[in-house]
Amino acid sequence: MALLLDMTAPVLIASVALYGMFRRVDVYGAMVQGAADGLGVLLRIVPSLIALLTAVYMLRASGALELAAGALAPVLEALGIPPETVGLLLVRPVSGSAALGVGADLITTYGPDSLVGRTAAVMLGSTETTFYTIAVYFGAAGIVKTRYAVPAALCADLTGFLAASWAVRLLFGA
Amino acid sequence: MAMTAIWTGMVLLSILCGLATGRAPAVAAAAMEGAAAGVELCLSMAGVLCLWMGVVEVMKRSGLSEKLSRLLRPLLGRLYPSFARDREVMDALSANVSANLLGLGNAATPLGLEAARKMCRRSPGTASDDLCMLVVCNTASIQLLPTTVAAVRAGAGCARPFDILPAVWLASALSVTAGILAAKFFSKVWRR
Repeated sequence: MALLLDMTAPVLIASVALYGMFRRVDVYGAMVQGAADGLGVLLRIVPSLIALLTAVYMLRASGALELAAGALAPVLEALGIPPETVGLLLVRPVSGSAALGVGADLITTYGPDSLVGRTAAVMLGSTETTFYTIAVYFGAAGIVKTRYAVPAALCADLTGFLAASWAVRLLFGA
Repeated sequence: MAMTAIWTGMVLLSILCGLATGRAPAVAAAAMEGAAAGVELCLSMAGVLCLWMGVVEVMKRSGLSEKLSRLLRPLLGRLYPSFARDREVMDALSANVSANLLGLGNAATPLGLEAARKMCRRSPGTASDDLCMLVVCNTASIQLLPTTVAAVRAGAGCARPFDILPAVWLASALSVTAGILAAKFFSKVWRR
């Protein structure tokens, strides 16, 4: 199982490349084109990451995040969520790049293989920027009455956070 | 505009809190460090992110992503019963879900919006049950390969950036299920 997961990336890359060759696709050209598009994505997120990490670093240095984590710790601990992730929980539904900034900060500070680092990574991977998505969809469709979309979406978010914490505990122990 | 309030609020709160806790000099230093960290974070994840964008581009050109979306169609017919016979909507929906599964957020959104616009022709102005379901499914992440997160972990020196995959799948499956169940439940009790 461990070997299988370690080999996910190389095996996936190889099988996609082989299938592409079989379908007579210019695999190398597509790889390079995709990587070039990736640079475009990075270029678009760099400015917001600079702005947001400035604010996140300031918040962390000021002790505000610890205060918030301390205040919410009893609730979070009772739910099985590591209190250190409180900042991520708060920004995740609102801004994707802010969540990436806060999450990356947790992952580098606590280490990618720590309980907090892993939980932050799983939370980032298993939830979305709820309010942004709702605004975009209903804006584009010209919807005024959103009915139960917000509460239902928040149910999914909350479950995602809880499930991320539980899944990391279950699969990685402690 | 929401981000303006949040960002300014974060900055103001850190200054106030820093003054109150006597950590004002640390806050000043952190502002500069944070800006530099934004660039460093992007650089550290750039290679892995671009690699996966390349792999996904090969999937797109070889027709693998189209195959995935055809596999999804029967399932989606059940989730959106009133549009199960509407080919246009089902095409956009299955392309939206398969783009989400592959982690192509940028491609998934326009496809989902197309489905949303076609869906609301029947009930302009008010979110129908199907439209709520579409929005809820798009706010719950269903990514098979969380490449951005893996890139961050790899950048932080992780030897096995993908070892979180089972945990991510489990958490995603639970959160999507919760969203779908909540939407189904609310659709029965919420007035139009």
